[in-house]
Order: sequence, then structure tokens, then C-alpha cells
Amino acid sequence: MAHNILIVGGGLAGTIVANGLCRQLGPDLRTGAVSITMLGTSDTHMYQPGLLYLPFGRIREQELFREQRKVLDRRVNFLVDPATYIDTDNNQVSTESGKTFGYDYCVLATGSRIMPQNIPGMQEGAHQFYDLDGARKLRDALDKFEGGKVVVNVNAPHKCPVAPLEVTFMMYELFQHKGILDKTQITYTYPIGRLHALEPVAHWAKGEFDRYGIHYQTFFNTAEVDPQKQTITSEEGDTYDYDLLVTIPPHQGAQVITDSGINKAGWVPTGRYSLAYEGTTNVFVVGDTTNLPISKAGSTAHFEADTTIDNLVSLVKEGRWARDYDGKVFCFIETGLQTGTYVWFNYQTPPNPGPPSEMIHWFKLAYNRMYWLSARGLL
Amino acid sequence: MAERQTIDARGSFCPGPLMELIAAIKNIEVGDEIEVLSSDKGSANDIPAWAKKVGHEVVENNERDDHWSITVRRAK
Repeated sequence: MAHNILIVGGGLAGTIVANGLCRQLGPDLRTGAVSITMLGTSDTHMYQPGLLYLPFGRIREQELFREQRKVLDRRVNFLVDPATYIDTDNNQVSTESGKTFGYDYCVLATGSRIMPQNIPGMQEGAHQFYDLDGARKLRDALDKFEGGKVVVNVNAPHKCPVAPLEVTFMMYELFQHKGILDKTQITYTYPIGRLHALEPVAHWAKGEFDRYGIHYQTFFNTAEVDPQKQTITSEEGDTYDYDLLVTIPPHQGAQVITDSGINKAGWVPTGRYSLAYEGTTNVFVVGDTTNLPISKAGSTAHFEADTTIDNLVSLVKEGRWARDYDGKVFCFIETGLQTGTYVWFNYQTPPNPGPPSEMIHWFKLAYNRMYWLSARGLL
Repeated sequence: MAERQTIDARGSFCPGPLMELIAAIKNIEVGDEIEVLSSDKGSANDIPAWAKKVGHEVVENNERDDHWSITVRRAK
């Protein structure tokens, strides 16, 4: 029996799944017993974590992009034709061009997106670095910045949960190099009652903030930004003035998830071990797309994709389940422009980050290039 | 009748139960409820602390066998 595998979304998670399946199902792809189709939204693949470095001049724009066709195994039928409706009752997906694609197995990898427009004034009054345009504008703003009040504002939910701390430490070092630290006050705001979701990271960050003189405000969930008065106010009732506001906007899942009636906020209800869309046995969910209570990060996408590859191959070849996902997440943490550390955890194992070192920072810089091997399923 | 949804945040170290609640409460109607299941005993304190600060109502806060169940009603 032939198997059609349809991957909806061409970001990191979908790409790893597609390439990993090709590596394991070569003979079946050759005979036509299996076909793999990917519905993407762009012909370009972006290395999203690289955006953190762009405002600091530490990465060149062209390093962030590759042609998606070249990142994908040539045996994947890749189409830039965004999905508009996912019909899991009838095992089919409709697209923008008006086509309908049937499947035997489907992988939902539609990702997440920033929604600054969900908070009044945020789009007009705040900088962000979660897309290319935002990172470029922040680079210009940092170039011109000559001191004043800086607010780094974090909103829930967001992906890459260490990026807000990283950008804070990197800005501190930048201002130090520019000789404007004495004219600058950085304030960091965070939604919950500590400085990071991970308790050991929060504990470490508090020590560093105290040492550097970085102010912080916990329990701060943004209600509005006033671009004219240059103020930001929280649901909890705190207001800060700013000269430069760098925000991590709230995120949502893809519109197609909402439009398909799967979930209002765009996060697909997902089995925490099986990674199957709840209520189905042939639809899998990977990357930011899940509603799982774990970090939305590239490493999460990678580990989920590895699990899903094993399960899909096993289902196709042997008609049986291979293994469960254990909730694993791994994150590098840049602790400045010269040092870094890392943290990993899963559903059972709490995080325990080690001391920052130059070596880990260099490894992160090396990973910035090795990413493409990861997307190809080689790493 | 208020609707109630459950977030199973057991075993969630990051973003954690409170962050899950903060993200989810934006998507429910005023008067509806979210039950958060957490294996972190800190949730029994920090979820009510946040709810009080922002003005939402804690409906239940129970310790079960191996986890805590905290239900919050959106008040505004």
C-alpha cells in the first residue's frame, strides 16, 4: 500500500522531518511506495536564532538565509502553497492556490508568529528582533542610541525563551563598548514572579543583573504602550518611561490552525508523549505548533522531529509505534558578547545550567553555521 | 454557565505553569475558568499571587496525590 506523507510547514521542524524521512525511506521513495510532500509558505529558509546577532553586527544577513529547495532532500515534493484549511476528518489539506492534498500521514509544522498588534501601541512604540525587518530597525536604533532609559519587555507566550536575557546582556556590553553605560538605565520586565521561567536561570540572572546594575520588574504583563509619551504599562498596574523599548511580543500559532477550527490561539492540542494531534492517530505535531507546556525553541523542534521520524518510519514499515517523546529541550544561553552557557531538561529532569565560559560561546557561534546540517537531518 | 479548560502543565519547567496560564487566559472570555495542573509546589503560591495582583479570582487551590490543581476565573 502506498503512503502519502504530507508535511504542512517548511520551518525547522518540518524540514528535519522531511529530510529524516528521506534518509530512512530511500528504497520506498524510489519504488513509489512512499511519497513526501511539503506545503511551505516561502521559498526561503531562515535561521531564526541568527536574528539575535543582527542588531549587534555579529552576523551578516546573507548567513541567515538559504533556498528551501536546497535545504530539502531532492526527493521531497516541495510546494510554496500555504495551507488554508486542515480537514483531519477527511485526511486532506486545502491550499491558497485552490488545490486539495490528501494524506495517509500528516505532520503539522506551521509554527508560531509574533503578534505585537495584539497589544495597543506596541507595534508603533517598540522594537523587536524576532523578524528581519525588526532586527534591522533595532540595529539602526542601537547605532543611534546615545544613552537613556532602555526597557526590555517580555510577553507571554514567546519562543526562544532565553533570547530576552541574551539581548539584555548583549546590549549591556554594547553600551559598555560605546562608553554610554553611565548615561543608560536598563530595566527588564518579565511576566511571572522571577526573571526567567527556569528557576536556576532566573537565580543566575538575578545575580548578574544585581552585579551589572540592571533593574527588573517581575509580574509585568503588558497592557499598553504609549508611543507618544514613551511609556509602557502592565496589567498589574506598573508604568515605565523609556527612550528605547525592546520587546519580545506575544506569539500565536498559525492562522490556518485557527481557521481550521483546531484551536483559537493556533496551538494544536498534542499528546505530550505521542506528539499526535489529540483524537487522531495519523496526524503528528512538531515544533512551535504544539500546545505542549515546554519551550518553543529550535531544539524542541529538533527533538520532536527526531521522535516523529522514528514513529512515522516505524508505522510505515512495520505498522507499529517506535517510541515516545520525553520532553527534551536544550538551549544555549549567550551571557554577553564573549561568554555563554547552556541548559537542558525534559519532563522528568529539572534544568541545571553550568557556569558561563568562552568555549560554550564559541560552540554556539559554530552551531550558528552547523544549523544547516541540523536542518538537513545530518546532525 | 462558565466554561472551564484544563492546562496540564505537570513536568513543565519552561515556560512553566504560571506562564501557561498567563498565555491562555487572554484567549478565554471574562467569567470562564482555567484549571492548571502543576507538579511544582511553587505554583500553589505564585499562581494565586499573580491572580491577586492582576485582579483575577482563584476558585480552587487543591493538593492532589502528586500534583496541585489551581483554578482561576478571568475577572476582567
